[in-house]
Amino acid sequence: MSESAVPFVASTLAVPPPSSGIGWLDEARRENLAAFGEAGLPDTRVEAWKYTALRALSQRSFIHGDAQAATRDIDPEAFALPGLDGPRLVFVNGVFRGDLSDLSALPAGLALRPLSQALAQDAEPLRFALARRYKERGDAFAQLNAAQAVDGVVLRVAADAKIDVPVRLVFVGVAADAELAWHLRNVIELGEGAELTLVEQHVGSGNARQLGTLVADVVLRDGARLQHIVAQDASADATLVHRHALQLGARAQALLHVLELGGALVRHDLQADLVGNGARLDTRGVFVPRGRQHIDTQLAIRHQALNTTSDSTWRGVADGRARGVFRGAILVAPGADGSDARLNNKNLLLSGSAEIDTKPELEIYADEVQAAHGATVGQLDERALFYLRSRGIPLAEARTLLTAAFCRAVLDDLPNATLREHLASLLAIRLPV
Amino acid sequence: MLKIENLHARVEGKEILKGLSLTVNPGEVHAIMGPNGAGKSTLGNVLSGRDGYEVTAGSVTYNGVDLLALEPEARAAAGVFLAFQYPVEIPGVNNTYFLRTAFNAQRKARGETELDSMQFLKLVREKLKVMQISDELMHRAVNEGFSGGEKKRNEIFQMAVLEPKLAILDETDSGLDIDALKQVSEGVNALRSPERSFLVVTHYQRLLDYIVPDFVHVLADGRIVESGDKTLAHKLEEHGYAWLAQHGEPAGAQA
Repeated sequence: MSESAVPFVASTLAVPPPSSGIGWLDEARRENLAAFGEAGLPDTRVEAWKYTALRALSQRSFIHGDAQAATRDIDPEAFALPGLDGPRLVFVNGVFRGDLSDLSALPAGLALRPLSQALAQDAEPLRFALARRYKERGDAFAQLNAAQAVDGVVLRVAADAKIDVPVRLVFVGVAADAELAWHLRNVIELGEGAELTLVEQHVGSGNARQLGTLVADVVLRDGARLQHIVAQDASADATLVHRHALQLGARAQALLHVLELGGALVRHDLQADLVGNGARLDTRGVFVPRGRQHIDTQLAIRHQALNTTSDSTWRGVADGRARGVFRGAILVAPGADGSDARLNNKNLLLSGSAEIDTKPELEIYADEVQAAHGATVGQLDERALFYLRSRGIPLAEARTLLTAAFCRAVLDDLPNATLREHLASLLAIRLPV
Repeated sequence: MLKIENLHARVEGKEILKGLSLTVNPGEVHAIMGPNGAGKSTLGNVLSGRDGYEVTAGSVTYNGVDLLALEPEARAAAGVFLAFQYPVEIPGVNNTYFLRTAFNAQRKARGETELDSMQFLKLVREKLKVMQISDELMHRAVNEGFSGGEKKRNEIFQMAVLEPKLAILDETDSGLDIDALKQVSEGVNALRSPERSFLVVTHYQRLLDYIVPDFVHVLADGRIVESGDKTLAHKLEEHGYAWLAQHGEPAGAQA
């Protein structure tokens, strides 16, 4: 069967990519779409998709873009984070919603607006990010995103600006009549010495059997500091493919916390290039697939400069017939001497039918490198369970207590206490009992 | 309070307890001594309901109830407490939180009102004073990184907070130096009362210098072969367990 006969691909190619009137952008869209049409969706023979089969997805047809997104009724409670006031951009089914957003009183040094507005005003600064052609075999969704995304977030923090309120990006998925696909493209840049806390939320309302793709470029110039939280709690029927590509300049520091809780099929590519000397990246994450959920995280960190540091702690908990996938690939490139790379992924299977595939990979081509990586898959400790029960804690409660404790390391070092509490309670609600 | 009759139990298909009988009345302290492999720890584990121990014959009645039919948490709520020989480390679970959860779970099971965190903290402070345990241990994860002595003291501290009716101390003296042994014993002695009974399981007589028992039983090959008062422990210390074999007939002794 040729790729264009696959329903997913055929429905995507049926309509031309949206036109922006900007020559270089429309050309990039056309070429990325053509590349997608040629290769189609990757199968499990492609290494990056080895544990995530797209067969069922490929049989579905999607309408790209939701014409009614601007008027859909949304309850702001769905994404409320009490105690965290600050600028907020809200998208519903991939469409910017000014009525739900808050762009009043932006702190000095912060430029924040939807991509559609930024393109209309001055597209040129976005050219480097948006003119990109994706060519890797596993890049199908990035190609699709590059071809179809007409909106997203453009966020810039001026050099040395320290933004002291968290900025929130909220992505809401709601049910539509047809099977809907939406695409968002985020371009984020912190100038030299800038500081920012960024909170990304994915929430779902109703049975949103839809596909969302999100591609984000995050650039940290020298000495910039970013705290980035991704709380993914999409609706139970949603397919979400999101990708963050980070680039860290000299002495830049990024601290990421990722919660992967919702969605039917979720793929997260988290790529970081440490290109400046002394850059530091810390990632913390937990994925909790239940029922028949499938959550795939692909972490790729490339140390490309002297004395760069990465430290990654990830936890997976799978229940029911769920599947978790974690790949943690660390590369210490030639010349990245004195680098320190640590990765640890521990996983817990709460049911005999659940599965987690974890694959730490470490490649070192530099000198005087410190590196440690490890991954485990196990069950709840029977001795600990008995210890708790012997003190009077009922079995179900004991299991919950131990499962929550297993995930705790992931949130421990989140500096913002309010945010930490929010995420902890979100996690507690979603943890299997 | 506790009546064990002709108890037989197997672990991994191997019979460890072979007809153990013992009666404990309220307020009594019974020491169970015996050589390695006699079944001392098995007794504690069977009484507290650990998985993997199969009772093949006999009965255990606790305050008129069939203890063996209860889940471990129900036994705890009914007032049975096991101080572990090897307390388990539980990373990520705060010691205070753990203890409050246990405390309230027991109260809930008994139909009593639960304590909020402030009320519970007050209770903990009072008990800490009695047990001479540093506040700092309460902020750490359960037993994580605790020294051997700290773990054992934490067991006794939990006992002080949970206030069981029947406390089983499984080789609480093992791995303790003399100072830690004294501290732990003082903690136990502070909890002795006319309503609370103790089963003190130990290999060595040493512990019984500090926790003076009302009765001493010798457990050998899965049965109690000798019972007496505290002087029996001294005889054992003097002559060793081998002395028993020559000394007399094994008997299903009753206290």
